[in-house]
Amino acid sequence: MDSFQQTIFKLKRYWDERGAIIQEPYDVEVGAGTMCPETFLRVLGPKPYRVAYVQPSRRPADGRYGENPNRLYKHMQLQVILKPSPDDILDQYLGSLEAIGLDLSKHDIKFEEDNWESPTLGAWGIGWQVMLDGQEITQFTYFQQCGGIDLDLVPAEITYGLERLVAFLQGVESVYDIEWTRGVKYADVRLADELQFSVYNFEMANVDRLWRLLGEYEAECKELLAKYEDYPDKQRFPVLATYDQVLKCSHLFNLLDARGAISVTERVGVIKRVRDLAVGTAKLWADQQQGVA
Amino acid sequence: MNFLLEIGTEEIPHWMIPGALEQMAAVPFFMGSSEVDATPRRLVVRYTGFAERTPDDVMIVKGPPVSAGDRAAAGFAKKQGVGLGALTKVGDYYELRKDVPGRAVRDILAESLPGIIFGIQWPKTMYWTGGKTGPRFIRPIRWIVALLDDQVIPFELAGVKSGNITRGHRILGSPSIPVTFDTYEAELRKNFVILSADQRRDKIDAEIKQLGAKPDTDLVETLTFITEYPTAIRGDFDPAFLELPAEVLTTVMRHHQKYFSVESTPGKLAPHFIAVMNTSGDPEGLVKRGNERVLKARFNDARFFWDVDQHKKLADRVADLSHVTFQAKLGSYLEKTERIVKLVDELGGSAHAQRAAYLCKADLTTEMVKEFTDLQGQVGGLYARHQGEPESVAKAIYDHYKPLSMEGEIPSTHEGQLVALADKLDTLRGCFAVGLVPTGSKDPFALRRAAQGVVKILVEAKLDYKLDDLATGDLREFLLDRIKYFFREIQGFKYDEVNAVLASSCGTLADVESRLTALAAVRPTEDFEPLAASFKRIQNILKQADFEPNDVLDQSLLEDGPERALHADFVRVRDAAKVETYAKALEQIASLRPRVDLFFDKVLVNAKDERVRNNRLTLLHNLLTEFSTIADFSEIVTSGDHK
Repeated sequence: MDSFQQTIFKLKRYWDERGAIIQEPYDVEVGAGTMCPETFLRVLGPKPYRVAYVQPSRRPADGRYGENPNRLYKHMQLQVILKPSPDDILDQYLGSLEAIGLDLSKHDIKFEEDNWESPTLGAWGIGWQVMLDGQEITQFTYFQQCGGIDLDLVPAEITYGLERLVAFLQGVESVYDIEWTRGVKYADVRLADELQFSVYNFEMANVDRLWRLLGEYEAECKELLAKYEDYPDKQRFPVLATYDQVLKCSHLFNLLDARGAISVTERVGVIKRVRDLAVGTAKLWADQQQGVA
Repeated sequence: MNFLLEIGTEEIPHWMIPGALEQMAAVPFFMGSSEVDATPRRLVVRYTGFAERTPDDVMIVKGPPVSAGDRAAAGFAKKQGVGLGALTKVGDYYELRKDVPGRAVRDILAESLPGIIFGIQWPKTMYWTGGKTGPRFIRPIRWIVALLDDQVIPFELAGVKSGNITRGHRILGSPSIPVTFDTYEAELRKNFVILSADQRRDKIDAEIKQLGAKPDTDLVETLTFITEYPTAIRGDFDPAFLELPAEVLTTVMRHHQKYFSVESTPGKLAPHFIAVMNTSGDPEGLVKRGNERVLKARFNDARFFWDVDQHKKLADRVADLSHVTFQAKLGSYLEKTERIVKLVDELGGSAHAQRAAYLCKADLTTEMVKEFTDLQGQVGGLYARHQGEPESVAKAIYDHYKPLSMEGEIPSTHEGQLVALADKLDTLRGCFAVGLVPTGSKDPFALRRAAQGVVKILVEAKLDYKLDDLATGDLREFLLDRIKYFFREIQGFKYDEVNAVLASSCGTLADVESRLTALAAVRPTEDFEPLAASFKRIQNILKQADFEPNDVLDQSLLEDGPERALHADFVRVRDAAKVETYAKALEQIASLRPRVDLFFDKVLVNAKDERVRNNRLTLLHNLLTEFSTIADFSEIVTSGDHK
């Protein structure tokens, strides 16, 4: 039986063999691998791209103090982007499951409709959740729009939920019982984060300061967005740094949400604030890419 | 010749497939002896009996009149690209007869099929190649089989060339199978694809029945279009989970996992479930074990929610509803709760009904409802019972979203009916007050369903509230519309009967229903429709005379004979009708028909003496008003009408 990290190695190798860049996780907090610039920005524009990376994804509201066997504040996604999507993409995907040791002829695989939408990113796509013996193990999406921009080359996004997938492969009932590497359990590596961040996110994060920080990052982002038009050498312009500000805002929004500080009425407004930043940044990136081409 | 088209795609959402099949069967080309079939990965049309060619035809082009002279004829011939000799004279005109040779059906199909395929309408489409200007379909098209007998009909769409190669089941079948019209279905079967939805449905039905599933036709339908080779298996769960409410267990199994449940005795769940796989079997039990593990995790979640939720009673959650928005302009659920309580009080609800109203929305703050939204109300009811609220309170909370559809049941207790009524009325009143009124097909707050619920509860529970006491203005009209719909479409009364009864008055809906029943019963009797026609005549006479009813009938002015006889019968029937059932009263009124006919035959309403004329109009007016309290007969469409 493969350990957590061995399964990750195998998936990375599999996509390496299919021409993907193997990236390392992004170093700003994100709620999903999709939000990394490697996906959000790279899917824009006419340049083909193939990349795979593990991305720890933070969802403050999903924290359960380490008490729930299946819910995590931070989980690991293995994200694959193939742009444009190859014709045999679903077969390639099934091949990746064989590569991590599943004999598909002995299992039940179903592709069930599940379209993806992220209001804060102005992004949506068409796709499925992939069910393996009744367990959702992957989200598969053909992106249609990102940052409010229709995509020229439709990418396929494959997002493996690593904890669920490996818990399945190892036959354990709690993610904390996953063998990370020989003699080391998932709980040994991660339980402390789950507990402490749940305490912080739900009980101790300073709401007023979070609102102020959100305002500060938003101001930084807006200021940058406004400077692009008159900036003489577009290729030097820090669009990537602008995008980091969007990610900060998005994470702060999630924290405030977990803290119960955003009323349902306010929610729509804050989502729109973040989306405006994301859409604005996507436009700059698309423009800058045209200059490259 | 035999035609086969298979559009090979990636997995199409199950609920869209039947609609696509209907459209394909309705393509004019395929009408007649065609068969349509589908699995999630293929849409298939088979047609037997195409001709090889369309028949040769002759087209006649009409030319100029002979009298226009040779120049005109020459010009026409030149324009048609023929010599003057090709024209024939038919009567006074020149004519050109052109032979139009028939075409190979294969060529016509090759030209038409791309348009037919992209002509299928889907609820939502995507593009996958060629950017946003590229082809759009429900999911990417990956292969196409297009055959006339064993010959390929050549065309290309979305970068895919038609051919004679199909694909089998994703895992169990071959990815490349040459077929002809005759071998197609059998080849698929060998490769673990059951093409016919009926056969897949039958296989599922038979297997789940054998395994003891509780019947669920909607779920069978879903699974029929999610699988190419369905096979049912039975799994088990820890009986300890049976402590959780059956509603929760069933929702997890059905909605989240698409499992059938199993009952030990009717109404009592057994610790088993039935899953339908998209494969041929589970010899090592791996699929069974996998599904059992998933279900256990899901049930553990549910148990966790149940336990966490008990830390705070429903009654203590009501205040938290101030953080849950009902609608931006209509405030929070706390405010809604307060309005519902007040409304239940106004409707005369008991202390238990008011308690239920107070608690009914509190479950919106529970983890269980956040996870299983469909169980709102039911969870509140279950928690109320668990927390020691009186049974009638718990039951009322449990039921207060009912009826969920026009076919759905209304709440079974009086308390439940009042809370459900008040909840829906509050939503309707609030939305109408701030202008959130449904327009056309847009009804984001499901107000039609709410109004339909109000009507259904009022009728079926025979509640003693009048429409005018519940609603005014636009909302009254909106409800009236739903009332008409309900009696017409759900109860099957004729539209003019519904109009006639409601034009008379709309008191309690139970009363409307009794009047309708009586009216529908008397409708087929021979005197009724002619009498209705006479009533219409009376109405016209009064209208033309600009009659203002202010005089009391003067009996001394009545003429002996038909007039006095009509009056005498009018008085008799009027007095009798007051104490009779609606049905008897209507029979009596209908029996007036000969008297009314005779009156119109023999008596001149428009008498010279103004006093006599007015007296006659008064008689007719009294007749009309007194006998229109059950139904306004002038709304009845009779054979003389043109509607």
